[in-house]
Amino acid sequence: MIEVQGLSKRFGDNQVLTDISAVFEQGKVNQIIGMSGSGKSVLTKCMVGLHRPEEGRVLYNGRSFHDMNDEEKRQVRQRIGMLFQGSALFDSLTVLENVIFPLRMFGAMPKSEMEDRARECLKLVRIQDKDDLFPSQISGGMQKRVGIARAIAMEPKYLFCDEPNSGLDPQTAILIDDLIKELTEEYNTTTIVVTHDMNSVMETGENIIFIHQGRKWWQGSRQELLNSDNTELNEFIYAGSLMRQVKEAMSRRS
Amino acid sequence: MGIIGHIGRYFLLLRETFSRPERAGIFWRRTLEEMDLLGVQSLGIVALLSAFMGAVITIQTKTNIDSPLIQAWVVGFATRQSVILEFSPTVISLILAGKVGSNIAAEIGSMRVKEQIDALDIMGVNSAGYLILPKLAATILINPFLVMISMFLGIFGGWLAGVQAGVISSDDFILGIQTGFKPFHVTYALIKTVVFAFIITTISAYQGYFTRGGTREVGISSTRAVVYSNVVILLANLVLTRVLLL
Repeated sequence: MIEVQGLSKRFGDNQVLTDISAVFEQGKVNQIIGMSGSGKSVLTKCMVGLHRPEEGRVLYNGRSFHDMNDEEKRQVRQRIGMLFQGSALFDSLTVLENVIFPLRMFGAMPKSEMEDRARECLKLVRIQDKDDLFPSQISGGMQKRVGIARAIAMEPKYLFCDEPNSGLDPQTAILIDDLIKELTEEYNTTTIVVTHDMNSVMETGENIIFIHQGRKWWQGSRQELLNSDNTELNEFIYAGSLMRQVKEAMSRRS
Repeated sequence: MGIIGHIGRYFLLLRETFSRPERAGIFWRRTLEEMDLLGVQSLGIVALLSAFMGAVITIQTKTNIDSPLIQAWVVGFATRQSVILEFSPTVISLILAGKVGSNIAAEIGSMRVKEQIDALDIMGVNSAGYLILPKLAATILINPFLVMISMFLGIFGGWLAGVQAGVISSDDFILGIQTGFKPFHVTYALIKTVVFAFIITTISAYQGYFTRGGTREVGISSTRAVVYSNVVILLANLVLTRVLLL
């Protein structure tokens, strides 16, 4: 479980996050939603320690991350898997080497076992026979899946996904959503997905946090999301025609 | 950020860089790869420049001191001194700042803007140590060899050009390069080389590591890496010369 308490972050005079408190539950797909520029990615980066917040704490199983010493932080980070918006695969390493990388840095297994584990992770994300290709030689969707394989190689306790569906076709986006859901169940991870894709929210979101203008505006389940009367939240979720049609259908049925 | 801020951040980056490598085996393998990329692959340009510059120094020295009062071997002496004291350690380092420095800044800068450095940090890898320390170890180990090769080829190029052009006899040139030789001058040149290798690598890595933006900013970082490395090399050259030779 990850808990955020009173977290605020600013860059110079620009206050990006203000007094955010939230609980991200283990074994669930927790989603942070909000418009572009609302502070979702900054919140995630504060949670994984890439940014230091001016105020507030991030607790990993009850322990404040920013108060830990370097060794303790390293140990927590080795239990974090992260899928970046742009995949962030290492250009000069092949697909297999990218997945092996965290195992090579921290694992204590022989090379053949590392390769077996990496291939197992690639199989989980449905990538085979691409071991020797470089990231530039595979599609964006495949890059995301290799990114997921790398993120789960160390069997993480915490899985962060920053806009995993951005730039992908609908079918690949659904595949990525399914993978995230499956992996959360299989590894019982605390999964945090940053997204503004409402299809993804309706598909996988179990604990949803809506960030608006750098503040936590709303938190609840998928069902509560559809029934919410929060104006800003409704403006966000019903901005697309598909969601408006869902709402109209629900109104007619009721 | 002001210059004091940059200097402070540079030293903080150095502290991160010199913290314990993740795994000694990976560190040494990466160091060998970087020695090849940053050192061995610079051998061609270093050899070419050294031979031609040695040749030009010999011919220019001869044309400038063409006097019956000055003995012929002085041309060999002047060529040796120019090559060992200044050309090989300083000019070759300035050229390496252009080739190697821009390479380091562009590589690390690209990794920064593509979030690959963030990925390393989140995995718990000390990104500064992982990326910069092997490059630093590589340049500090390989650059002195490059400079020694440059010294040899510079003097050889001077001898070849001088003899071929008929400006000096082979015996006079060889007498000149043997006359008044002080082994400390080679030590001085190698000390400068090591300091310059440190400057090139760390300044270029700093520029790359703190790149923000996109490909345009990576280009700007590469340019800055070369310009700032050159300026600091020239300042360090003056300081080291005063400290070691006076």
